[in-house]
Amino acid sequence: MQTKRTVFPNKVLPYLLIAPQLLITVVFFLWPAATAFWQSFLRQDAFGFKTNFVWFQNYRRLFADPLYMDAFGHTLVFAVSVTVLSTMIALTLAAAAMRVLRTSRIYSTLLIWPYAVAPAIAGILWWFMFNPSIGIVAYTLRSMGISWNHLINPDNAMVLIVIAATWKQISYNFLFFLAALQSVPRSLQEAGAIDGAGPVKRFWTIVFPLISPTTFYLVVINIVYAMFDTFGIVHATTQGGPARATEILVYKVYFDGFIGLNLGSSAAQSVILMVIVVALTAVQFRFVERRVQY
Amino acid sequence: MNKIAFFLSAGLTCLSLSVPAMAATKIQWWHAMGGENGAKLEQIAKGFNASQSDYEIVPVFKGNYDETLTGAIAAFRANQQPAIVQVYEVGTGTMMAAQGAIYPVYELMKDEGEPWDQNKFIAPVVGYYSDTSGNVLSLPFNSSTPILYYNKDVFKKAGLDPETPPKTWAEVEAFSRTIIKSGAAKCGFTSGWISWIQTENLNALHDKPYSTKANGFGGLDAEFTFNNDLTIRHWGNLKKWQDEGLFKFGGPVGGDNAPPMFYSQECAMYMNSSAGRAGVINNAKAFKVGFAPLPYYDDVIKQPLNSIIGGATLWTLKGRPEEEYKGVAKFYTYLQKPEVQADWHQFSGYLPITEAAYKLSQEQGYYEKNPGADVGIKQLTRVTPTENSKGIRFGNYVQVRGIIDDEFAALLGGKKTAKEAVDSVVARGNQQLRDFEAAN
Repeated sequence: MQTKRTVFPNKVLPYLLIAPQLLITVVFFLWPAATAFWQSFLRQDAFGFKTNFVWFQNYRRLFADPLYMDAFGHTLVFAVSVTVLSTMIALTLAAAAMRVLRTSRIYSTLLIWPYAVAPAIAGILWWFMFNPSIGIVAYTLRSMGISWNHLINPDNAMVLIVIAATWKQISYNFLFFLAALQSVPRSLQEAGAIDGAGPVKRFWTIVFPLISPTTFYLVVINIVYAMFDTFGIVHATTQGGPARATEILVYKVYFDGFIGLNLGSSAAQSVILMVIVVALTAVQFRFVERRVQY
Repeated sequence: MNKIAFFLSAGLTCLSLSVPAMAATKIQWWHAMGGENGAKLEQIAKGFNASQSDYEIVPVFKGNYDETLTGAIAAFRANQQPAIVQVYEVGTGTMMAAQGAIYPVYELMKDEGEPWDQNKFIAPVVGYYSDTSGNVLSLPFNSSTPILYYNKDVFKKAGLDPETPPKTWAEVEAFSRTIIKSGAAKCGFTSGWISWIQTENLNALHDKPYSTKANGFGGLDAEFTFNNDLTIRHWGNLKKWQDEGLFKFGGPVGGDNAPPMFYSQECAMYMNSSAGRAGVINNAKAFKVGFAPLPYYDDVIKQPLNSIIGGATLWTLKGRPEEEYKGVAKFYTYLQKPEVQADWHQFSGYLPITEAAYKLSQEQGYYEKNPGADVGIKQLTRVTPTENSKGIRFGNYVQVRGIIDDEFAALLGGKKTAKEAVDSVVARGNQQLRDFEAAN
């Protein structure tokens, strides 16, 4: 990369210009993060009258707690399922949209709609359809001889939140894939076609490598989405149940902190989540810059 | 009249109208009553506001009970608390331990010179909210107790007597079988609140201790002991009945799926709070509803004890300006009026919490016109409460209820036996009690 170094003589102005951004970061990120970090070493009663400094006890407790380990497991299953499903389905839809794009824009517009739906509403929607007593999908499944009850069957519950979370994320992935596919030069594909490669072969050997940066970006974004952005879906559909089988990490932070009023443990969990986000971001920057083929 | 004069006079009228309203001290009342009961609650506040001009009660709906409690605690920590907050019965332990935050109702009434006689209240209600020396700490407002609702039409179709509800669990089982076999309904019974009804009330009805230290009233070092034969047997039965199709699980916590199963006539019987009465009657347009006390095991106890209560009370939080407390005390006096209480009770299905309100409802002929409306209060007052049926009092009990739901779901899902599930509730629950003891 060629660089032109420009030297600005004013020493104060640059700081002034970034001050609003810094202020927002401090108020909305650094300050709460520091508070969470501090609280994770404390044990407090709900009203905050008695505070003990307990060093790493909150963390030790968490890692000794089989339920916390379970929550890691659920998060892993959930995040991987949502990421794989939503990227694959979105890619298929985007590839299909490329074929009809010139005749119909309605198709792609319709696909984007679910993204505009709030997570809690999406959750409620699926909750209604799969509700064992009143849901239309549960009713249909029953008439086909498949019993569906996510209130007592943990696997059903996991499938339900995966479907709800995937459905919401497909639109986002679809937009990115469509844009990426449109930027692939047609001449390359035509050259492949002249050389005798079929559509499938052309897709996997020419198109897919060219959109791999987008794919990689989406994988990271989807993992982040599934891990941190799906609170509303879980809250509206299963509330972490049955028997905490769909309790992902973010939900446990909420449940232990806001319902359980165990602020120390909740803070410790947020700190752990923060570490995970930092790690994911680092991975993204390193690999997107270096390893992914352009 | 020219335009300017018109606007001037209009402005002056507005000012003069708003002056008395502005002079009234506003008092925030955070509550968790949605739907029809919420609208009724606002009417009650309006009634008080109209009865005097010095204070204005401002009801604020803060979501469900969990959200209201945590919202109030967060507000307290930020010094933005309301003067009055409605807290459900399982939050009692948490509130009681927060001595610096609460203004006990008996002290408040004495300090403000308002009349206060806690003997006016019905015994099981007042016992639940008293400290160890017998002083009531929060004002009972909406107390309820679980009862059995049943579908008389389905009973008739199945060849059962619609006027004879099941008394014992053996009858619940037998009736359910008959109902399903005859095709009158697809399921025998469902239940809201597995924790409250099928665990806490189960033990109270059968005179079994729920924990050491007088069900937690005796101190924070109580330990759960409800992993007894009775609870294990009952949970085992529920699992067995589920597998047979006699019982259908209505979901965790309050059991959101239980009411629709009863309303749609899928299940013939349904156990839930007496406060669900208004909802049941509104939704059961297509069939006749019967009301009955909760069933019991007649080989465990000949005569079941009283059930225990649920619902919520009003807690006064400290740290508000002095003049607000004067208004709070006056409002509490208003709330205890027999007319106000009887109206609330008859509308919502919550219990009449004072003897006077119960008597007034009787005099008004309410129970004759609405047969079954007094099942809850009769069940609650049928014996003098023992130590085991007085109620329960634990810190972190919200979490313990969550644990009960978890383990019950594990039982129904076939992951655990009844004994494993109940033992696990007790072990995990005790951990919560120790945490609370350590933090307070």
